[in-house]
Amino acid sequence: MKLSTDRLASVEGFGMLNRADGYVFRPTALEEIPEIFDLARKSGRRVVLRGAGRSYGDASIREEALVLDLRRMDRVLDWDPATGVLKAEAGVTIEKLWRTGLEDGWWPPVVSGTMFPTLAGALAMNIHGKNAFKVGPLGEHVLELQIWSPGRGFETLTPADPAFFEVISSAGLLAVIVGATVQMKRVSSGDLTVLPISQPNWKSQFDTFERFESEADYLVSWVDIFGHGKGAGRGLIHAAWYTEGEGEHPVSLRMDRQDLPDSTLGVPKSAVWRALKKFNRRSGMRFVNGAKYASSRILGNERPHPQSLVAFSFLLDYVPNWRLAYQPHGFVQYQTFVPKEHARQVFAEQVELQQREKSEAFLGVLKRHRPDRFLFSHAVDGYSLALDFRANEPEKLMRLCHKMNDLVLQAGGRFYFAKDSTLRPSDVQSYLGAETLSRFKARKQEMDPEGLLTSALAERVGLT
Amino acid sequence: MKAIIVGASSGLGAELARQMAGRGDRVAVIARREERLTELAQAHPELVIPVVHDVLDFEAVPELFQEICRRLDGLDAIIYCAGVMPAVGPDEFNFTKDASMIDVNFKGAVAWLNEAADRFQRVGHGTIVGIGSVAGERGRQAQPVYNASKAALKAYLEALRNRLSKHGVTVVTIKPGPLDTEMTAGLNMGGLMPVATAASLILRKMNRGNEHFLKFGHKVAFALIRNFPSALFRRLKI
Repeated sequence: MKLSTDRLASVEGFGMLNRADGYVFRPTALEEIPEIFDLARKSGRRVVLRGAGRSYGDASIREEALVLDLRRMDRVLDWDPATGVLKAEAGVTIEKLWRTGLEDGWWPPVVSGTMFPTLAGALAMNIHGKNAFKVGPLGEHVLELQIWSPGRGFETLTPADPAFFEVISSAGLLAVIVGATVQMKRVSSGDLTVLPISQPNWKSQFDTFERFESEADYLVSWVDIFGHGKGAGRGLIHAAWYTEGEGEHPVSLRMDRQDLPDSTLGVPKSAVWRALKKFNRRSGMRFVNGAKYASSRILGNERPHPQSLVAFSFLLDYVPNWRLAYQPHGFVQYQTFVPKEHARQVFAEQVELQQREKSEAFLGVLKRHRPDRFLFSHAVDGYSLALDFRANEPEKLMRLCHKMNDLVLQAGGRFYFAKDSTLRPSDVQSYLGAETLSRFKARKQEMDPEGLLTSALAERVGLT
Repeated sequence: MKAIIVGASSGLGAELARQMAGRGDRVAVIARREERLTELAQAHPELVIPVVHDVLDFEAVPELFQEICRRLDGLDAIIYCAGVMPAVGPDEFNFTKDASMIDVNFKGAVAWLNEAADRFQRVGHGTIVGIGSVAGERGRQAQPVYNASKAALKAYLEALRNRLSKHGVTVVTIKPGPLDTEMTAGLNMGGLMPVATAASLILRKMNRGNEHFLKFGHKVAFALIRNFPSALFRRLKI
């Protein structure tokens, strides 16, 4: 049968390096979901799930597939300001979560660096935040999960069901997440207390993380990947704490106190990516990173200050369309997770490799994690280093990433499908292990026996 | 690259398919003669998808086009090569022969390239290549309807180019002179270009959305011929 070409569109990963043409369906009612899968069967096609399209690589695209995008199903179905329990449809964004809860004193327990991912997308990838070392990934704060799968139909899963820990994190390959009930985090202020601490090298970075990991609520570090020799690993850690004691209805919880400013240093924010683009080459970014490090040693260093939850959490949203600075080639976001015993050595070696090949990442971010029990967990008791690479020479970059993957695998590390463009089937077999893969296959056989759910990523790494 | 070649059982279409598969492209080859397609697919069975179809079956095109895109896992380019040029005597006016040229050379092109145009404008990328001819530059005594069919194709492709370039779609018109193919086998013509040469030139030119002659000499000669006054042109035996 012929599908209407009205549905045809080119959809891309957030890094703009990968794109595919598919038939995009944006239903508004649950009963349309099985119908869309029927259509896929009849037209000999498969289905790829897509939220806000914020996965950087190829997790939400697939050539000629039906693209199921649930962003029009974006209602908060139930909100209890007394308990902080929120029930929402798949397409609700992280932004809608915090806007719903904050004035009642509740904040999403886990947020990504941008507020635009959907709840279902965030759970399919099981996102983490700057508090991952303390509260784990978003899936750990879900009380109930509403799903639909071709093999089992509509159902509600709770943490008592083994499938709960498999559907969450499975990158949309087992079932369609159609809604979730989330336990929000109680806050008594809309501000965090933030402590910036400039870091001269890798040793200092890891020592500082260890010093604060038992007491801070959030920890994140920016790393200057151009730092070398004694300055290798230099950067700036931000530790942050929830604050207390502003009375019963703190003004800081109001939305107008949280909204990000519309200009940066007097420049309208919508124009900032164009300025960034001027620096978007190796020499420019070496300068920007160097200047940021120099300023971190002087401006506000080791001086605690209040900052709104939104401003601290959603750093990526400060510069709208920042990714366009990477046009026309796009970029690769590369994040690897390494046990704490080996993290310093592996990340230092990754950076040395980049410097040797003159392909330094333009941005590096270091975070602390703890293990979790989800099927395709990316987390370890250790650290992650997230890197942004300009993809102007994709083949050379891929070779570099494969070398860095090998370092991670040798150290028992893991990877994150939301930020992957580089994994090979052997990498995935190695880090997930035979037991996890056989659990996946068994659950896939039960929930999606015809193998209708897929993605370019799944086929690239052999998860079919 | 993933491409469809319509009219691929012989001549230029078959050679384009061979060269594209040779460089690693996935190609769906479309023609009536199954045995020719099977032969073509034998060298690269993993890259060449044979599809038996008569370009006169216009009704079948929309569904078949979509099915081929599915089998190719997407589409980057389509090349319409199908063409016929039956022998027409200097005093002959034969509607059956003329209609076959209009159907294969032009209506078939519109049926296939409309589908591609619709797809490519929606996804914002793609290349459409039509094999026109130097014969479409003027109406000449020898081949009134062959000339007209290629002129119609040229105008159609120009219009597609004007519609689609703003959507990121490249539309290319190739205007070869006589090629050493089955079409010209019985015509005793000199100066025939080998199809292998023509195919490699086309593959080099197909990323530039424009009209292309394959010989510089043709470019110069037809610039003159196009502007030659009609009153004088009719006296020439060309």
